[in-house]
Formats: sequence, C-alpha cells, structure tokens
Amino acid sequence: MTDTDTTAPATTPDTEPATPPTPPGKKSGVRQMLPSMSGKLLAGLILIGGIVLFAIVGPFVTQDPRSSANDPLLPPQPGHWLGTTSLGYDVLAQLAEGARGSLVVGVTAGLVAIVLALFFGVVAGYLRGWTDEFLSLVTGIMLVIPGLPLMIVVASYLQVRSLWVVALILGVTAFAGPAVVLRSQARSLRVRDYVSAARVAGEKTPRIIGVEVLPNLLPLLASQFLFAIVLAILGEAGLSYLGLGPNGSITWGTMLNEAQGGGALTRGAWWWFVPPGLMIALFGTGLSLVNFAIDEIVNPKLRLAPAAAKSVREARKAGKDKLGRRAAAETVAADKERVDA
Amino acid sequence: MKFYARRIAFYAVTLWAAISLNFFIPRMLPGDPFSILMAKLQRAGGIPAGTENSIRLLLGAAEDQSLWEQYVTYWKNVLTGNLGVSVTNFPTPVTELIGDAIPWTLGLVGTATIISFVLGIGLGALAGWKRGTWVDSLVPSTTMLQSLPYFWVALVLIFVFAVSLQWFPIIGAYDVFHFNGPEWSWAFVGSVLYHAFLPAVTIVISSVGGWLLGMRNMMVSTLSEDYVTTAEAKGLRPRRVFTTYAMRNAALPSLAGFGVSLGFVVAGSLVMEQVFTYPGVGKLMITAVRNNDYALMQGVFLVITLAVLAALFLMDLIYGFLDPRTRHND
Repeated sequence: MTDTDTTAPATTPDTEPATPPTPPGKKSGVRQMLPSMSGKLLAGLILIGGIVLFAIVGPFVTQDPRSSANDPLLPPQPGHWLGTTSLGYDVLAQLAEGARGSLVVGVTAGLVAIVLALFFGVVAGYLRGWTDEFLSLVTGIMLVIPGLPLMIVVASYLQVRSLWVVALILGVTAFAGPAVVLRSQARSLRVRDYVSAARVAGEKTPRIIGVEVLPNLLPLLASQFLFAIVLAILGEAGLSYLGLGPNGSITWGTMLNEAQGGGALTRGAWWWFVPPGLMIALFGTGLSLVNFAIDEIVNPKLRLAPAAAKSVREARKAGKDKLGRRAAAETVAADKERVDA
Repeated sequence: MKFYARRIAFYAVTLWAAISLNFFIPRMLPGDPFSILMAKLQRAGGIPAGTENSIRLLLGAAEDQSLWEQYVTYWKNVLTGNLGVSVTNFPTPVTELIGDAIPWTLGLVGTATIISFVLGIGLGALAGWKRGTWVDSLVPSTTMLQSLPYFWVALVLIFVFAVSLQWFPIIGAYDVFHFNGPEWSWAFVGSVLYHAFLPAVTIVISSVGGWLLGMRNMMVSTLSEDYVTTAEAKGLRPRRVFTTYAMRNAALPSLAGFGVSLGFVVAGSLVMEQVFTYPGVGKLMITAVRNNDYALMQGVFLVITLAVLAALFLMDLIYGFLDPRTRHND
C-alpha cells in the first residue's frame, strides 16, 4: 500500500518478491500519505470548507429560523434570499440552522461508525482465531440486515429522539461496511515482515495494532470516515423526511419533511425543497472528491495507469510509436512492481 | 465443500439473529408502545381478546408468560407464517398485506436496478478504456449523483415533470380512476409502465454513478495487468482486448455488488415509494409506522430481512461457482 514496508528489512525473502530499491527523490513517510494537491481535491476542500463555514457563521447573521413573523411562501427576494415557508419561516435561516443539525448528526454518526469499525475490523483482522470468527460474524450479520428498515423500526419505538440518539442509531447501523474493508486490509498487514518483527521483538498486541498496523490504515480509515459521514447525513435526511428524525431540531431532512407536508411541490415553492437537497448533495460531493484523492493513494494504479496511458497516446501522436510505447510499457510495469511490493 | 458449509452456517446464524432481533427490539427499547396502541384501539372501538393477546405478545407486554415462553411462542408463530393481524386494516393478516405489496416493489425496483447496472457497467467500461483522456475529468461528476438524497431526486422530478409540465402522474402505481384493481390487459400494463417511469428514473439516477465509478476503477486496474499488455502486443484488435480481456475480468467485483444490490431490492427504496405513494413494501412499512401498527411494521421488517438473506445466500453460491478464488480465500 504505502512504502513503509520497503524500509523494513526483508527478513523472509520467500514470502515476498524482492522489492526494488526506493527510487531516489521520492516523498517519504507522512508526506507519502498526504494526497497531492489536485483540482479535485481543491474543489472538494472548498465545498466542505464553505458549507462548514456556513453552518458556523450562518445562524449568527440570518434571522431566527423559528420566527414565523414573515409572510408565508414568499419567493426569493432581497431580505429573504431563499424565500419563506408556508409558515413564514425564512428558508435561508432554516438552511443555516439545518446545516448545523445535519453536520452534527453526520460527524457524530461517522465517528461512532468508524470507532466500531476499528474495533470490529482491525481487532478481528489482526487477532484471527475465535475472536475473529465472532467479531466477523457480528459484522456479517449487521452487514446483511438492511439498515434503513432497522433504523425505522428502532426510531419508531423511541418516542423522544434527540439529535444524539439519532446519530447513535445511524452510527451503530452503519459500522459494518467500513469494518469489512478495514478487516481485509488489517489481515494483509498482519503478515508483513515489520509486523512479524515487532511480534518477535516481544511487543504487546495493543501496541502492535496501535503503532505498527493502524498508521498504515490511516488513508483507508480517513476515506471510510468521510464515506460514513455522507451515509449518515443521507440516512438522517431519509429518517427525518419520514418524520422519524430528531424531535425539535432543524436539519436538512426535517426541512424536506416540512416542505412535503406544507405542499411545497403542488404550490410550486421550489425554493423550499431544492436548497436542503442541494446542500446535502454538495457536501456529499465535496467529501467524495476528497475521497478520490485518498483513493489514489490507497490504490496507486488509479493514479499511475491513466498517466501512463496518456503518455503512450501522446507519444504515438508525436510519431515515435515504437520507442515511446516501449518506454511507457516499462513505466507501467515498474509502477506495477512497486504496487505489488 | 468447506466454503459452502461455512456459508450455510453463517446464513443459519444470521437468520436466527435477525428473527430474534425482531423479537427483542420492542422489549429492549424504552417507551410503552403497548399502552399507546391500546389507547388508540380503544378510541376506535373494542378489540377482540385474541388480537389483544397477540399484540401483548408482540410488544412484550404479556403478563402471565416468562420471556422464554414468549420467545418460544414467537418462533412457533414465525414458523407457521403467522405474523399477526394488522390494526390499520383490521382484521387483514399481515402476511396478506405484504404479499400484495411485494410484486410492486420487486417489479419496479428490480427492473430499475438491472437497467442501472447495465448502464453503469457499460459506461464505466468505456470510461476506463478511455483513461487518461478528457473522460477522466467527467468521472468525478458521477459522485455528485451518488451524493444526491434519492428521495429528493424524486421530489425534484415530480416537481418538474409531474407538477409543472404534467407529463407524468404524481402518485400511484396505476390509474385508480380507470381501473378497480390489477387486471391483465394492455391498457393496464401501459398505465403501470407510465406510472413507473419517474420512480424508475429516480432509482437509475441515484445508483448509476456507483456502478460507473466502480467499473471504471476496476477497468483501469485490469488494463494495467500484464495479460492485457500481452494481448495488445500480440496485435489483437482493440475491440477484442476491450471485451474479452479487460471487461470480463473487470466486471467480476461489480457482479458481486450487483448480487448484493439485488438482495436489497425489497428493502431498496422505502423513502422513494413514500414520495410517489407507490403501493410497495416501503409504503406499507411507512404507513404502519405512522399508524403505530407495530405488527405490520415488524412483519415488513422481517420479510425484508428474509428476502435480503435469501437473495444474498443465492448470490454467494453462484459467485463461489463463478469465481473459484472466493472459495479458497477465506
């Protein structure tokens, strides 16, 4: 995955092919794990940053989201940049307050999911034996039981649902996916030489997991975390739309629920239901774009192969087909070796 | 053989866990659903003692039975296909209501899932083939599709095509003013297709991006394999390299994903069905939730879970047959 393993001495050459020496001038250590700046990453960070900023600053500069002193169903106009709802709430103010609610639910649920996934994935993948069997069984069951129906059943029995309870439900029902991904990665890491070396050196298991295994899972962990946040925000929106979201809080989902109930569709009040969905989509897109950049670290083929294909095509266009083609093929082969190592 | 034994054991345990979960959820959570439901039923008129007992059993308010006895009775009911009686549509059995709803969901979501898969795999394979060109810069935009809340897509589609342009109906699965119920006639089939168009488009829009992206990434990885380079070096036609060498191998993981999503077809689009008032399983479940019809709600949950389990089990067996590596890896 990363080049950390090439720095460890190859003690058992029969388990792994001989690794090529690290090319000179390569990024090392932590730098290797940070995504390189690209258009996608920049766009993603701007989207995320903008929405988070909106959630923090927005509620201070807009009017009270629960004040119904305005005229109902005003279209967007100065003073009410996104119009008002059928009860006279200012949509922009609700959107800002809803951003807070949705982000809090998303991040909390994402954290819960990722902590559970760490336990069920990494511990299972590293320990093997009966612990692995049991933890994997729990993960497998949670993976198979459909999440949204389960959330609906649980939420419908809870009469009082705070923001935190909803986040907890979302997190607990969403940990299985990331756990499976982390487990398979942890399984492949545990047979690496440097982990074996740490074990032979008498390191305790928690320390091996924390110091040797976990740092190499960081890119994967980060991408799973971002993905879990998107899923949680979407899940909360779905639950709230059905009227099973947090009571008394405003989120993007509850806005959609009220828009549906208030007849926004038939009364043509597009400014009421379009913004919340768009905010969810934009935030999700931002996180996914960052994930793209992380993906290209986790799977270098995604980064190197298109570049190689491009150089082949450019070489062919420049008329030096045979030579350019061979050089490109060699680059691909070399890159592949590095990936495999 | 060990592979199949392991899988069967896993699904047996999961089946037990799912059915037990259904039994314990009402008992573990705080709140008093029994009193709420009883008060509601009392207002609506009296209820027979038999129904009251079955509700008691369902919600864990049975006074004269130990937890273990309740659990045994519950299993007996599940095994004999007795999921209780709906209180919204009293006295229709829950199983009958679910049986009526399932074909709608299967037909709509199943077809839409297949369309989305074929479309996504095809486009993804092309995008992977054209790696390193301008197509690469289009790929990230598919994530936008994936991050859309799918019921919001449904809302927007309804607003544009059903309310503003009035091209498509707003709700329902067929023209209820024209037909009294499902019948076998071309007019009815036409009406069903007409009503299913917007819901199907919703599902395709919100799921095609995932297939496209997964297939594209697998395609890029596969195209940098040695055997593809060899095939090109042998002078095979690009078309043959594309279909027989790259696409076939790259599609394997997507095929596994397709199996999983087929399994989740019944559970698939609960909220979408609510938006379109489509008479499927999702709508049934949400109606049950709204009316505190706990027997119906849990019955639907159980049936959804069983459907997912059955579909996944089948796909597991097929996939183990398709790709022998999975049989040895674990």
